[in-house]
Amino acid sequence: MTASKAGTAIEHPSGPAARWALHVRGAVFSPVTVSIVAALILGAIILAGTGADPLTAYGSVLTGAFGSEGIGDTLGECIPIVGLALALAIPLRAGLVNLGGDGQLVLGGLAAVSVGLYSPFPGAITVILALLAGMLAGGLWAALAAVLETRCGVPLLVSSLLLSYPAMSFVSYMVRFPLLQKGSGIPQTDRLPEGVKLPEFAAGSGAGTGVSVGIVLIVLAAVVYFVVDHRTAAGYEVRMTGLGARFAGYAGVDRARLTLRLMFASGSLAGLVGAITVLGFPYRMVDGALTTPGYTWTGLLAALLAAASPLGTVAAGFFFSALTIGGFGMEQETAVPQQLTAVLQAVVILFLAVRGGIFRKGGWLHRLGRGPDGAAAPPPDLETGVLESGVLEPAVPEAAVPEAAVPEAAVLDTGVAGPPAPARGDGGK
Amino acid sequence: MSFDAELIFSALRALTPILFAALGGALCERAGVFNVSLEGTMLIGCFAAVTGSWFGGSVWVGVISAVLAAMVFSLLLAIGAVTLGADAVVLCIALNLLAVGLTGFLLRTVFGKQGTFGDPDLKGLQPVDIPGLESVPFLGRALSGHSPLVYLSWVAVAVIAVLLSRHPWGVRLRGVGEAPEAAQSLGVSVARYRYAAILTSGALCGLAGAQLALGNVTLFSENMTAGRGWIAVVAVMLGRALPIGVLLAGILFGLVEAVGFRLQGEGMPQQAADAAPYVMTLVALFLATRSRARRGAAPPGRLTGRIPRPRRFARTTSEPQS
Repeated sequence: MTASKAGTAIEHPSGPAARWALHVRGAVFSPVTVSIVAALILGAIILAGTGADPLTAYGSVLTGAFGSEGIGDTLGECIPIVGLALALAIPLRAGLVNLGGDGQLVLGGLAAVSVGLYSPFPGAITVILALLAGMLAGGLWAALAAVLETRCGVPLLVSSLLLSYPAMSFVSYMVRFPLLQKGSGIPQTDRLPEGVKLPEFAAGSGAGTGVSVGIVLIVLAAVVYFVVDHRTAAGYEVRMTGLGARFAGYAGVDRARLTLRLMFASGSLAGLVGAITVLGFPYRMVDGALTTPGYTWTGLLAALLAAASPLGTVAAGFFFSALTIGGFGMEQETAVPQQLTAVLQAVVILFLAVRGGIFRKGGWLHRLGRGPDGAAAPPPDLETGVLESGVLEPAVPEAAVPEAAVPEAAVLDTGVAGPPAPARGDGGK
Repeated sequence: MSFDAELIFSALRALTPILFAALGGALCERAGVFNVSLEGTMLIGCFAAVTGSWFGGSVWVGVISAVLAAMVFSLLLAIGAVTLGADAVVLCIALNLLAVGLTGFLLRTVFGKQGTFGDPDLKGLQPVDIPGLESVPFLGRALSGHSPLVYLSWVAVAVIAVLLSRHPWGVRLRGVGEAPEAAQSLGVSVARYRYAAILTSGALCGLAGAQLALGNVTLFSENMTAGRGWIAVVAVMLGRALPIGVLLAGILFGLVEAVGFRLQGEGMPQQAADAAPYVMTLVALFLATRSRARRGAAPPGRLTGRIPRPRRFARTTSEPQS
C-alpha cells in the first residue's frame, strides 16, 4: 500500500500539498478503511435487525471505549490484545501463522505465578524473574511448534494450535490442584506476596487506574519490533520471506532457523503478556481468565488487519481493544449483546481478505462490468490454488517437480501459506 | 478399565462429528482447497440444529436446518476463495471466529441465554436399534442403538470412497485438485467443482454439528466444538484425504476420547482427558511423518492447498488411473 502510494506520488510530484492530499486519499480509500466501513455498515444492518438504533449503539461504543470511565479499561485491554497482536504479527510478517497464542499465553502466566509465589528473592527481582520465566515458557512452547514443522512436516498452523490445547489443560490442572488457594471456591492460585506486582499508574486523585506499567513493556516490545523490522538485516530477511518464501530461500535465508527464531520470539512475547497479566490485578492466576476473553483471536485478527506491520499492528490492536470495551458499553446502553463486536472484527478481516478479488484489475467487479467479454476472459478459478501474493507457488511447477527431488527443504519452502497481507508492504501505516 | 462394548459404543459416538467434518475436509482437499474452517462451520451447524429442533418442534427440522445453515456459511468460503481468489487460510481463520461470535450473538438474541442453551423439551436424535444385530452379544451393544446420523456417517464414507475412486464426478474433482489447468483445458469447470466440494463439506459439517448438539448431547453451548474441527483437519492429513484413511484416523481419535472419558470416571483429572486427543493427534502426526520420512516420501500434511500429490495416490490406491 505504501508502495502504491509512493508510486502515485512520484507520478504527480506537484508540490508537497498535492502529495499530502494523495496520501490522505490513499488512506481513505485503502482496503483497510474500506473493509472497516463495510463491516460497520453490515453491523448497522444487524443492529437495525435486532431493533436497536445503529447510531445510538455506535455512539455508546464510542463513549464506552473512550469516555472518562472507559478509557482506562480500553488501555488495560490493550495490554493483552496489542501484546498478542504483536506476538502473532512477528511470524505473520514472514508468512507464518501462529495459532497457539492461547497455550503460550497461559504457560507464560503459569511460569510467572510460580516464580512469584516461590521465589526467595525480594519483590523487584522476583518481578523481573517472573517476567523472564513467562517469556521463556511461552517461547519454548512456541519453539516446539516450530520444530514440529521443520523436522516433522506438521504445518505450523496445525502444530501450534494442537500444542495449545494440552498447554491450556495442563495450566488449568496446575491452577485447580497443586497451586489452588486453600479453601477457595474459585479455581485460583494464592495471591502473590506483597511487593511482587507490577505497579499501576495512579490517576490524579491517587486512585489506581487499572493500567499497570505492563503497558510500558508492551510499548517497548512494539518499539523493538519496529526497529528490528525496519533497520536490521534480520527484519529484512523476515519481510523478504513473507513476500516470497522461495525467493528468500534461494537468496540464502535458512527457513528452518528463521521459523524457530520467529516462533520463539512470538511465544516469548505471548508469555510476557501472560506474565504481565498475572502480575497485575488480582495478582494471582485464575483458571480461564486468560483464555476466556479470546485475546489470542482478537490479536490475530488485529495482526492480519495491519498486515503485521509494527505500527499498524499497534493501531489495529488499539482499535479492536476499543471495540471490545465499547461493546460492553453498548450492551449496557442498548441491550445489544457485546458479541456483536466479535462478529464485526471477523467481518473486517473477511472483507479485507476478499478485497483484491473484488476491486483489483480483472477482479469480480471488473469482470461483471465487462459483461460477455468478461466471461471470455481467463477464468479466475485457475488462480485460486495460488495465493494472491504468490507466497504459495503456482500449481504447475510444484506438480512438475519429481517426487524424489523434493527433500525436506523444498517442502519447507512451500510448506506454509502466507496471508496475502504481508505482500502489501507496510499496510496499516 | 475394561475394554468392553460400551467403550466401543462411546468411541463410535465420539467419532461421528469428527468423521463427518473430516470427510468434508477430504473432499475440499481433493478439489484443491485447503479448508480449515471445519471448526466454525460445525459450530454453525450445532447452533442451527438446536434452533431448528427447538422452533421446528422436530429433530429432523433441526438436522435439515443445520445442513442448510452450514452450507450457507461455507458458501462464504466458496465465494471468497474460488470466485474472488482470496487466501483460503485467512478467510478460514476469519470464518472460524465469525462462527464463534455469531453463535454467541444469536444465542443471546434468539434464546436470551449466555453460555449454554438446553431444555428438557428440546428434541434430540433418538437411538436406532438395528433389528437382528442388537441381539448379537458383543457387537449388538457396540454397534446398535446409535443415533441415525452415526449410521449415515458410515454410509457417507462408503459413498464418498466410491464416488472419488469410481465415479466420473469424483475423478474430475480429483483432477481439479491435482492439475487445475489441465482440468480446465479439458472443459471441466474448476470453479464449479470447487464450489461443489466446499458446499458438500459445509453440508457434512452441518451433519457433524447436528450429531454433536442433538446426538452426543442435547444442548448448545458456546464454542462447543472445542477443537474437533481441527482434529478433523489432522484426520484429513493422516488419512491422506482418502475416505477410508480418514475413517481410520477418526476411529483413533474416537477411541482416545472414549478412553479418556472412561478414565476420568475412574479418578483421572478431567484436564488430562481433555488434552488426550490433542496429544494423540500430535503423536500420530509425528509417527506418520517419521515412518514416511524413513521411506523417503514427503510428510503428509503440507499447507499447499493440495496435500496429496498425484504420484502418491497412484501408489496408495488401487483406483484406475484417470
